Amino acid sequence: MTGHGGTADLLRGLAPRALAAVVRRYGHFADAEDAVQEALLAAATTWPADGTPDNPLAWLIRVASRKMADQYRSDEARRRREEIAASWSLIPHEPVPAYDDTLTLMLMCCHPALSPGAAIPLTLRAVGGLTTREIAAAFLVPEATMAQRISRAKARLKGLDEPFTLPPPGGGDRLRSVLHVLYLIFNEGYAASDGPDLARTDLSGEAVRLARGVHAALPRDAEVTGLLALMLLTDARRPARTGPGGELVPLEDQDRARWDRRLITEGLNLLTGALRQGQPGEYQLQASIAALHDQAPSHAGTDWARILALYDRLERLTGNPMVTLNRAVATAMADGPGAGLALLDGLGDRLGDHHRLHSVRAHLLAQAGDTGGAIAEFEAAAARTTNLRERDYLVTQAARLAAGPP
Amino acid sequence: MRYMLLQNYGATESDCPPMTQWAPADIKAHIEFQQALNAELLERGELVDAQGLAGPEQAKFVVSDGVSAPVITDGPFPEAKELLAGYRIVDVESAERAVAIAAAVSAAPGANGVPIRQPIEVRAVMSAPDPEV
Repeated sequence: MTGHGGTADLLRGLAPRALAAVVRRYGHFADAEDAVQEALLAAATTWPADGTPDNPLAWLIRVASRKMADQYRSDEARRRREEIAASWSLIPHEPVPAYDDTLTLMLMCCHPALSPGAAIPLTLRAVGGLTTREIAAAFLVPEATMAQRISRAKARLKGLDEPFTLPPPGGGDRLRSVLHVLYLIFNEGYAASDGPDLARTDLSGEAVRLARGVHAALPRDAEVTGLLALMLLTDARRPARTGPGGELVPLEDQDRARWDRRLITEGLNLLTGALRQGQPGEYQLQASIAALHDQAPSHAGTDWARILALYDRLERLTGNPMVTLNRAVATAMADGPGAGLALLDGLGDRLGDHHRLHSVRAHLLAQAGDTGGAIAEFEAAAARTTNLRERDYLVTQAARLAAGPP
Repeated sequence: MRYMLLQNYGATESDCPPMTQWAPADIKAHIEFQQALNAELLERGELVDAQGLAGPEQAKFVVSDGVSAPVITDGPFPEAKELLAGYRIVDVESAERAVAIAAAVSAAPGANGVPIRQPIEVRAVMSAPDPEV
């Protein structure tokens, strides 16, 4: 992420393990998280100069434990400090595999009582090992604001008074929240090419890294595998998704030669293994759709009938109107724009005046040859989107139609 | 010294039509101009923030007496031209430099590459003591 590539990468891998070790010993997730952050910052400044210690994980745990002890200054806490100091000798052995730490901490940070806005930065810091400054930069808010958001999230967790224990096998219902948070982090990174081209942490890459960690802990969970596959199959298209000026290039116009074949292959292998278990959930279905796009020779040569069938299932499973919107696009490609447009009628009740409803209608009207209607809908979509790149794209589409065929 | 350079949806000094009526190449040139300007301000160490705002269709006006439910007015607004479209905040050595940047913003290329001559409001940002000190 930042300088000292080697140290930074090492620290980010160790961060969840150090935190899990400290929490397992002393409890107090919120305090432990602060202490580990301080230890990580200390390591980032001293290791590049003094050299990496022989046992970097033990170093981090020791320093974090000391910082925790320093935090307790009251009489009662002094007793705790002594306990902590006395227990340092216990530190050397760490039999728990790294991926279990990742999963346990993710279940903690993505507690259903936290809103995604709180769970996301907490996850990135506690499990991802990112600094508050990096997270703040990624979400374009001041560092102090982000620090406050994280400490409020931790205070909320403290109030729940939940003991830090290993989750039930598979994570139970709590796993759904983890997957949802990872999905949101990935999408935030995927959509975020806005702002005056400030250096932003690669949130999509971070989501993939964390999803890999969860997958390592739960290799037989089909939805975990499905989510990781979805991320890889989507991320594979990233090199072709923006033009030289950062402008958005829609799927239809992307140079498919620039798609990352290595990621596609890995995603397909994961997905095939997940589907074999015969319990396709929403992430596996979405990944299946992404896979069909990735394997298609061209936009026109895409297997739209199968994509349509997958959207049918996804819609029945989720009831999400956004899925219906995508199904309308697939319907138009499979059965003509009229059939797609018919599906859009009535969606306004559920989606409201959403920019994507306008932009899909614009595309379908353009396909149907209604240039005037399409221009009006592109303009309506441009007026309603909150993504700058998307607005540029929509305005350009309207202008292109108004200018007539080249 | 920090300045905020504001632009509204309001009338321009040229006869520039709405962007959706430009040639696509002109739109591309306009976007590239904005990006290049931001890159230059960043490179000179002057850029603090640059944001475009979503359209007036999404704007709301909220008034409250702090007791009863707030009064919320949704668009469309007949006076939409007075709404803010976007802003840049720059940290510069002098007021003259802020004006020079505003001039560059105002001369952004429009339809057929003709400068839009949009009025740019230049406002000094009040300085406040650092809350962390």
